[in-house]
Amino acid sequence: MAYLDHAATTPMLPEAVQAMTAQLTATGNASSLHAAGRRARRTAEEAREDLAASLGARPSEVVFTAGGTEADNLAVKGLYWARRDADPRRVRVLASPVEHHAVLDAVHWLAEHEGATVEYLPVDAQGRVHPEVLRAAIERDPDDVALATVMWANNEIGTIMPVSELAAVAREFEVPLHADAVQAFGQLDVDFAASGLAAMTVSGHKIGGPYGIGALLLGREYTPVPVLHGGGQERHVRSGTLDVPAIAAFAVAGRLAAERRGTFARETGGLRDRLVEAVHKAVPDAILGGDPDPAGRLPANAHFTFPGCEGDSLLLLLDAQGIECSTGSACTAGVAQPSHVLLATGTDPDLARGTLRFSLGHTSTAADVDAVAGAIGPAVERARTAGLV
Amino acid sequence: MTSPRPLRVLAAMSGGVDSAVAAARAAEAGHDVTGVHLALSANPQSFRTGARGCCTIEDSRDARRAADVIGIPFYVWDLAERFREDVVEDFVAEYEAGRTPNPCLRCNEKIKFAALLDKALALGFDAVCTGHYATVVLNEDGSRELHRASDMAKDQSYVLGVLDERQLAHAMFPLGDTLTTKDEIRAEAERRGLAVAKKPDSHDICFIADGDTQGFLANRLGKAEGDIVDESGTKIGSHEGAFGFTIGQRKGLRIGHPAADGKPRYVLDISPVNNTVTVGPVEALDVTALGAIKPRWCGTAPAGPGTYTAQLRAHGGETEVTAELVDGTLNVTFAEPVRGVAPGQAIVLYDGTRVVGSATIATTERAATRV
Repeated sequence: MAYLDHAATTPMLPEAVQAMTAQLTATGNASSLHAAGRRARRTAEEAREDLAASLGARPSEVVFTAGGTEADNLAVKGLYWARRDADPRRVRVLASPVEHHAVLDAVHWLAEHEGATVEYLPVDAQGRVHPEVLRAAIERDPDDVALATVMWANNEIGTIMPVSELAAVAREFEVPLHADAVQAFGQLDVDFAASGLAAMTVSGHKIGGPYGIGALLLGREYTPVPVLHGGGQERHVRSGTLDVPAIAAFAVAGRLAAERRGTFARETGGLRDRLVEAVHKAVPDAILGGDPDPAGRLPANAHFTFPGCEGDSLLLLLDAQGIECSTGSACTAGVAQPSHVLLATGTDPDLARGTLRFSLGHTSTAADVDAVAGAIGPAVERARTAGLV
Repeated sequence: MTSPRPLRVLAAMSGGVDSAVAAARAAEAGHDVTGVHLALSANPQSFRTGARGCCTIEDSRDARRAADVIGIPFYVWDLAERFREDVVEDFVAEYEAGRTPNPCLRCNEKIKFAALLDKALALGFDAVCTGHYATVVLNEDGSRELHRASDMAKDQSYVLGVLDERQLAHAMFPLGDTLTTKDEIRAEAERRGLAVAKKPDSHDICFIADGDTQGFLANRLGKAEGDIVDESGTKIGSHEGAFGFTIGQRKGLRIGHPAADGKPRYVLDISPVNNTVTVGPVEALDVTALGAIKPRWCGTAPAGPGTYTAQLRAHGGETEVTAELVDGTLNVTFAEPVRGVAPGQAIVLYDGTRVVGSATIATTERAATRV
């Protein structure tokens, strides 16, 4: 088996498993006042401090959620509502068109149900939003912008956005900028304070932590309107009993991800470069998606378009060879759609159907790359025969 | 299973119990099976909110769940565009022209054993497996014959009568030799842990989810009021579109007053040109002969006239005929007059249990007049 879909989810680190299992048998609601509650709260708060340290944030800026999707929804909807409540003119949402669906669909929902005007910021052929594009969009009317949201790095094609420059532009106009950093955490130097972002999403299971836990890093001056109402946990922004075992494991995984980032980027980046080389050798007309410069893309991401192929066919053929990867794009009722990311970069819709994303991770080996090198040529040849039925 | 060696099999899984058990049997027989659900309804929305009918999503999930239980890979293939062109538009156009099509035959001919089969073969599969009740017999010379299912009550060879020998060579029907009731198939599904065991059967046309064919056609073709006339041409009622009728139809005519003889009236003829529906007594439906076009043969086309049994509807009985292919048209004469024969329907010819071929009915000859 060659598991090359770490961007979908990556195996939990043994240290995180240990931290989680140690907590699973301990009783205590972190909101309770008795000894059991105090113990749980201490565990959660230490984890909060750890995670904050791993991300260059203050502990009070960490709002735990049940995952990346929830954090994205809280940032986008919550900041929109809060900013509009403060000034009813603020109904314009600026978003990159290459966002994950957790952002894109939340933004779309605001337009459908909350009177938002959504403006998609044009991206270049590599899927990157340039700071001057954001500036031009805000400058058209700085007073009506509710928020801007641009991901730190793209989950499909791996393109890294100039987050700090974008945040600087947004700050100039006092517009809060949110970034989904789910893919960036563990692969890039993600420093919340240095970035200048107002809000930032991270997720546990993408960095070797458990499923169902994430966090919204949230500047102390921002109070989004809650999406979930209840017990008032997490700065009254996100109600719900704290999932102490998951939080503890998330913090451990986060610490290791930050500590090992340099080595990971170098070693995994090396494997990725070999994989790209091997694919181009087997399929000379394969098109590498995103930024060809390794400095501009996630070190663990390799994304290809194979002209004349359907991504689904390639998946089936590679799966049969024990190679697990993804088309990279979302699906509707199981049917792969042409990737909205590729369409936004100006790729022809037919071409956009023939994509594969190989994403490496902490368990990837040279044998995984060799498996792809051996299988991709015949798979592409066969998929081309099957054509775009 | 007729094949001794393990094959790479693509199992078309609708989400129903038959195709799930068929896939399970193929896997149990040692074949390398991959499940695929065909997404056949259009998806015009770019955002993923309720884009497809919920039934389709539920069927797709049921199919995937069954594949997981069987332990085979599962994919959803989007053949919506091909389905729309080859089946739905054909269905609408046929009704518009006053004919009565069978979309299941078209789907087997153009989608399951054409678009799907071609893609499967290109991807390295040897066969497509479905939950149809029919039997493929492998002759010693390597040729294949399509036969009725062992259990005549469940036989579905009629809707497969459009398959030619090449398509048949790559078809697998693991339920064909089942001499069990539907309840027993359900029991088998239950025994295999397939949750679809209790799922109700689907009877309707799959792309008309609410079963309202008239409403679907009215929506597609618009309402157009026209006359209902008797055999002498006298107007006795009106309708909202001739396309909504089928020859032999008795219900839904809404003619206010009874016929002179007091007997029920049936649709005898549909004329889309002047949007007129002709009705008359049941005897006037008696068809003695017909001409059918676009013949397809499961093997070599028969030379010269022959005697066969014929089936004219999916759940219809058998009737004795003589048939001869003349200049591409199949001329069929019935031993005894039959009723309810409509242009657009398929006639499938059998030699005993063997499917000989099929053709689309174009003209019918009645005892009195040729319509």
